[in-house]
Amino acid sequence: MARSFVTPLSRARGKGSAHEGTHHFIAQRATALAAIVLTLFLAVILVMLAGRDYAAARTLIANPFVAAALTATAAVFCWHMKLGMQVIIEDYVHGRILRPALLFANAAFSAAIFLLVVVAIGKIAFS
Amino acid sequence: MVQLTLPRKSRPVPGRTWPKPEGAKRIKEFRIYRYDPDAGDNPRIDTYFVDLDACGPMVLNALLWIKDNIDSTLTFRRSCREGICGSCAMNIDGENTLACIKPIDEIRGAVKVYPLPHMQVIKDLVPDLTLFYAQHRLIEPWLKTDTPEPDREWLQSREDRARLDGLYECILCACCSTSCPSYWWNADRYLGPAALLQAWRWISDSRDEATGERLDALDDPFRLYRCHTILNCARVCPKGLNPARAIAMIKKTLAERTL
Repeated sequence: MARSFVTPLSRARGKGSAHEGTHHFIAQRATALAAIVLTLFLAVILVMLAGRDYAAARTLIANPFVAAALTATAAVFCWHMKLGMQVIIEDYVHGRILRPALLFANAAFSAAIFLLVVVAIGKIAFS
Repeated sequence: MVQLTLPRKSRPVPGRTWPKPEGAKRIKEFRIYRYDPDAGDNPRIDTYFVDLDACGPMVLNALLWIKDNIDSTLTFRRSCREGICGSCAMNIDGENTLACIKPIDEIRGAVKVYPLPHMQVIKDLVPDLTLFYAQHRLIEPWLKTDTPEPDREWLQSREDRARLDGLYECILCACCSTSCPSYWWNADRYLGPAALLQAWRWISDSRDEATGERLDALDDPFRLYRCHTILNCARVCPKGLNPARAIAMIKKTLAERTL
């Protein structure tokens, strides 16, 4: 391998600080806390759904408060999932193309799941 | 992807077993990582037998005894032999520590001695710490002020001075950083626990006027936020410091700055 004359300090500094990361840190914790509350809500809804027939189940989900809360649950879960998977990719996947490509795919996947849930709830709520 | 196995030429192979010292009553087996960059061979694990009645109580004493009595080619760093210089940091019995303050009798069975993990090895137990030192340099470990210097020293209250306890004692032995999986995978971008502990030491210094600038330099997904509170750093620190706590304090301070 050709000898590098880049100084150690230059290597350590690299491209400098990205001046971001704190928002990710805060969002990961905020969504985790929100997820605790929303998981309890989701459990209650599931228990309520268990005893109902199909029409009654649709009526419950169509309730504006339930539909809104279910959408919020999906948003928080998908956002938290995106943030968590992002950390794993940043930790373990190297490569100037592979890493950004996977980070994008991760964001797109989480957004797609969220959109699917929104459309599904919307279909029930607005029909 | 990160490389989870050693490259083929870096895998240690069984090495030489040296004869047991004659007439020794208490013998301890040492299996030591050897690598000679000039030979071009794979690293090997040599086995030595140390006469415990002839050498001191610490692992460093045994290494010196081997070097003096069995194999003078065994290469390692050492200086103060009392846990203040940080030179003899190595992986002993599976844990990073200082050979000079690690008692031999704490180790059951054969004593396995390897260089600090996941670093380029220069020779035997000597790792290349160039980047590690550069990362310490990056955090600018000195007092930064804009206020004109006072005629005498910068003053500090006793309480403010006490905030630096548990931070200033770091001897930069690299036990913590090289025990950290996040540092293994991303050493080129993650600063590691040792540098971040020192970063917090200067952020916490009441006399320093560059706190914001220092926090700016750390606000980065890789430099700081690769820390996932694994706590290997706090577990292995031979000085009993807690770099993980310092890193958590940096994260907390950065969060407070935005909220």
